[in-house]
Amino acid sequence: MLRIENLHATVAGKPILKGIDLTVPAGEVHAIMGPNGAGKSTLSYVLTGRAGYDVTAGAASLDGENLLALAPDVRAARGVFLSFQYPLEIPGVPALTFVRTALNAQRRARGEPETTAPEFLKLARAAAAALKIDFDMLKRALNVGFSGGEKKRMEVLQMAILKPRLLILDETDSGLDIDALKIVSDGVNALRSTERAMLVITHYQRLLEHIRPDRVHVLAEGRIVDSGGPELALELERAGYDKYARAA
Amino acid sequence: MTLAAAIRTGDVSLLPGRRDEAWRWTDLRGLLRALPPLSQPFTGEVGAGPFDALGGATCALLNGGAGEIVAQAGDNKIAALRLLSRGIGRHAVKVSIVVGRGATLRLLESYESDAASVSQSLLTFDLAEGAVVERIVLADDHADAVTVSQAEVRLAPGAAFSQTLLTSGARRQRIETRIAHPGGHAAVRLDGVYVLADKRHADLTTVVAHEGLDGVTRQLTKGVVRDQARAVFQGRIMVSRGADRTEARMAHHALILSDRAEVDAKPELEIYADDVVCAHGNTVGALDEDALFYARQRGMPDDVARAMLTEAFLGEVVDRIGLEAARDVARAWVVRRLEARS
Repeated sequence: MLRIENLHATVAGKPILKGIDLTVPAGEVHAIMGPNGAGKSTLSYVLTGRAGYDVTAGAASLDGENLLALAPDVRAARGVFLSFQYPLEIPGVPALTFVRTALNAQRRARGEPETTAPEFLKLARAAAAALKIDFDMLKRALNVGFSGGEKKRMEVLQMAILKPRLLILDETDSGLDIDALKIVSDGVNALRSTERAMLVITHYQRLLEHIRPDRVHVLAEGRIVDSGGPELALELERAGYDKYARAA
Repeated sequence: MTLAAAIRTGDVSLLPGRRDEAWRWTDLRGLLRALPPLSQPFTGEVGAGPFDALGGATCALLNGGAGEIVAQAGDNKIAALRLLSRGIGRHAVKVSIVVGRGATLRLLESYESDAASVSQSLLTFDLAEGAVVERIVLADDHADAVTVSQAEVRLAPGAAFSQTLLTSGARRQRIETRIAHPGGHAAVRLDGVYVLADKRHADLTTVVAHEGLDGVTRQLTKGVVRDQARAVFQGRIMVSRGADRTEARMAHHALILSDRAEVDAKPELEIYADDVVCAHGNTVGALDEDALFYARQRGMPDDVARAMLTEAFLGEVVDRIGLEAARDVARAWVVRRLEARS
């Protein structure tokens, strides 16, 4: 599914990613943990094609296709979805309009027919109900005036509707209280499937109690410095990232 | 120095120009070396107007003339006012709009020119106590036209005047609104939307003079300029001595979508009264890159994402139009003007 090889990237000329190697097979959930400044968010932006994040060496592919050569919207249509750490507010665009525009753009890009309004409403209603989102909220401008938890729920709602193949969750637990964390995690877990891979980027182990990873990788100083099973997350929670900072 | 005098006499030296402070960004004197001849009467078909589907009586003035629109006390009516210019010529128009006590008038006004005409219009609005006017102006002028539209609005206490201007500009265009605000819980809303491309120019100038206690003015203008277009926003609110407890808010926000486009904005609040709530905000910038990336990450191609965000930006103004059917016309017009280029 996702294959990253020797990936180097700079931001404003400064090297941030310094040779990342990572493979996430379909059906697996991999966690990327690491201290602040390790390059976790940079990795998510490089994979999604944000301007200002320049790849200087290496490769990243999804099912054998070079992701790095594609425009951000084309990557999205191929199934790459980033759940933002800080979801953007989109004034004047109702959430429903935003998601439907996105879905239909992806479908057009894939040569599929667009969804009709009734089909879309059905999808949106089901997704909202599962995430305990009041449907009327979807008629409001996306994320404008929403709480942190509501914004994260809207991210999961978008995943549920857009059905990506590669999900990148960037600090999805930040700003969530216990109840919201449970709802959001349940929403993400419902999307686990043999055809889908997930990359869960997190600073804390807390999220991984809810979204159980198959593998845990430690990112420090722009490199994967350790990998292991779920028990690695617990060890990190106990011992912290200090030893990696020294190692790197 | 007025365009009206220049049109009457044919003397270009009477045109307002950059030496007149109020016209320094909309220089007609420097633009026009000569004026076209007086417009000839036009007797051909003029085609459909933008608000035809909304019903109501239509007053159409073709290549000049004068008209009157009256809403008697207690009336509730919709009226269309079409100011048409056909061919290359110069002309002036005068329209008087009188709205009686407690009457409601929805005025659907359109400027429709088809050539390099030079035109000036003067509209006077007189609102009696408790009268309600919603004025929606769609200025879809020819790229070579030069037009100045001036409205003078007099309100009685308790009256309400709401206005939404939508314009795509012209070779040079100014839409000016002057309001004598009596206070006395009279309410004014002055909104505007401009969508300018190529070398078009639009100048939205407003002057509101608060003369009495307890007046309210709310103003929101938003626009988009691209190519080498130029927008001018001059908003002036004066609160005279004694016009206490006035509430006046003015906002102007512009998106510049090209390096060679220009926006000149001059928001002014002059306050000589006490206990007033006044605020103004003015921003000129580009589309939010973070929002653009967010939309693209969700699968929208760049042009789709930009169109969606731009339309939403202008939509805030369009959504304030009270008459639903006119709101739909305005929304469709905005979409059309934004698409006109891509």
